[in-house]
Amino acid sequence: MADTVASRNGTPAASAAGFVWGYRYGLLLVVLPLLLIAGGKAGFVSNFQFLQLSLMIVYAIAVLGLNLLTGFNGQISLGHGAFFAAGAYTAAILIDQHNWPLWATLPMAALVCFFAGYLFGLPALRLEGHYLALATFALAVAVPQILKYRHLEPITKGVMGINVFKSDPPFGLPLSTDQWMFLVVLAVAAFMFWIARNLLDSRTGRALIAIRDHSMAASTMGINVAHYKAVVFGISALYTGLAGALHGVIFEFVSPDSFRFELSIAILVGAVVGGIASLPGAVIGGVFVQVIEKYADALTKQISAAVQLPLELDPWLIYGIVLIALMYAMPTGIVGGMAVLWRRLKAMRGL
Amino acid sequence: MVAAVAERVAAGPSANALLNVQNVSVRFGGIVALNGVSFDVPRGAILGLIGPNGAGKTTLFNCFSRLYIPNSGDILFEGRSILREPRHAIPRLGIGRTFQNAALFDGLSVRDNIKVGCHASTGNGFLTNALRLPARHTEEERIGKRADEMTAVLDLGSYAQRPAGGLPFPIKKRVEIARALAGAPKLLLLDEPAAGLNHEEVDALRAQIRRIRDAQNVTVLLVEHHMSLVMSVCDKVVAIDFGKKIAEGTPAEVQKNPDVIRAYLGTGA
Ligand SMILES: Nc1ncnc2c1ncn2[C@@H]1O[C@H](COP(=O)(O)OP(=O)(O)OP(=O)(O)O)[C@@H](O)[C@H]1O
Ligand SMILES: [Mg+2]
Repeated sequence: MADTVASRNGTPAASAAGFVWGYRYGLLLVVLPLLLIAGGKAGFVSNFQFLQLSLMIVYAIAVLGLNLLTGFNGQISLGHGAFFAAGAYTAAILIDQHNWPLWATLPMAALVCFFAGYLFGLPALRLEGHYLALATFALAVAVPQILKYRHLEPITKGVMGINVFKSDPPFGLPLSTDQWMFLVVLAVAAFMFWIARNLLDSRTGRALIAIRDHSMAASTMGINVAHYKAVVFGISALYTGLAGALHGVIFEFVSPDSFRFELSIAILVGAVVGGIASLPGAVIGGVFVQVIEKYADALTKQISAAVQLPLELDPWLIYGIVLIALMYAMPTGIVGGMAVLWRRLKAMRGL
Repeated sequence: MVAAVAERVAAGPSANALLNVQNVSVRFGGIVALNGVSFDVPRGAILGLIGPNGAGKTTLFNCFSRLYIPNSGDILFEGRSILREPRHAIPRLGIGRTFQNAALFDGLSVRDNIKVGCHASTGNGFLTNALRLPARHTEEERIGKRADEMTAVLDLGSYAQRPAGGLPFPIKKRVEIARALAGAPKLLLLDEPAAGLNHEEVDALRAQIRRIRDAQNVTVLLVEHHMSLVMSVCDKVVAIDFGKKIAEGTPAEVQKNPDVIRAYLGTGA
């Protein structure tokens, strides 16, 4: 939090500090993956672990998309899994049926999802709060059904899903496919987070937050509320759709059942847990989504065994429990909670 | 040029007014909030709009910023009707406003709130800002400068980095004035800026309003219940009651007007 304030307060000292920070982050972004790849070469980091890392980053991009929409613009979506699916299927269809290369597929998936989000956002403008939540909920429920729809089967392959072949590392780079995809996903994420930060720290970002905080006052400041809301819906869908495309590629498979309604909830919970109006929060949210997806099942079984419940628990129960616990302990998400802890620690040292 | 002159002549003697309010009526269901109100706001004036609670003052402001559309009548700004303009085009024409209950963007800092006030006078869109194209830097710098100027004009320096949400009400109202001024309006609409201020603060506000009119070159339309402020700062006063104009003139004239006295003492109606 202190950082955002400093970077916004345009004094020369602050902008120099901002530059140093940007520089450090940039260095981190180069050094860390290199270390990981070196670890992979030396056999410390397995391909499976690279895949797990990639998935975390992918979910972080998806969560960031929802953060922009809900956290910074105040529009609720319970249906972002739909855009995730749209991105994944666009990529899968282009690669599998049209032999597109990965580098062309990603921007195309992003573009498709931008327009899908924009078009969905236009009529959604008339819906506020609960009604918008309901409309997006309907979208999330409908998408798997649409993907299974008989007459679309020639394209979507119905319940069978589509196999996607990962592209090998280019130029004969001495990397495994998982290592290469990890680098691709990381580069895309770095670029998308940079974009989000630029947007938020500008006339556009202030307009988005103004609409969230007081949309009527925002309109009297000359902000075209309808335009901004629709475009940010598109951008949000673009982020989440791009994440979906990357997911399809690193997972090598898309099917209607990978994009059930629970995915939308997972993205929303990830956003809330990390901190809904926070960029670092999106990273934490991404890690959270991946970890829960991986361990929720096992954890739920353990819990029901431990307390010897006579009924079978749904793995999604974990979401509810974690969410309630977190909201109780850190109402502003993990990033907000950390900031509070940090301030208390500093105050204690000051005494 | 010729057309403009012809237009002025056609519009009659009131044509050099900045704002013409012509026979404006607003109804909410059965309630008649405004009933055929007409008056002019001369360029460069500080015009007071007074009236008891529920008289229709805020409703009129809301018509000026196109939040409400009058059921009948017209509102001309610089000789052109604003009623067909979309809401977000109003500040670009040169009308800025504050709200009776301080409608700030709570999550933004005071400085960023004021920056939002520059929205209408700037134009960078999503792509320019997202990709940090060169235009972003120049415009953001301009916005920052303007925000700092307005922070100084309204004496808000010590609050600049504070989130607007937690500020005391009188400070919020001052931030609103700075935010409205940031867009360099020709007409500034102030809805009860003195609400909640103590004696010295009202004196400071009086000086600020005068300074703003002179230095920023704006015409001010002031809705206020604080009579001594209205009487000391305004060049002209319009009084309304139950949606109808009951008096118009210099502060002294309006103060003496029997209808105005009756409206405020509540012996009428
Ligand atoms: N959106 C609305 N819907 C219904 N009635 C409204 C609406 N806005 C205003 N009114 C009514 O119109 C009348 C005028 O209200 P307005 O807020 O303009 O008064 P005002 O002169 O600003 O009063 P105050 O000094 O208390 O602020 C009141 O009777 C009010 O209840
Ligand atoms: Mg009012």
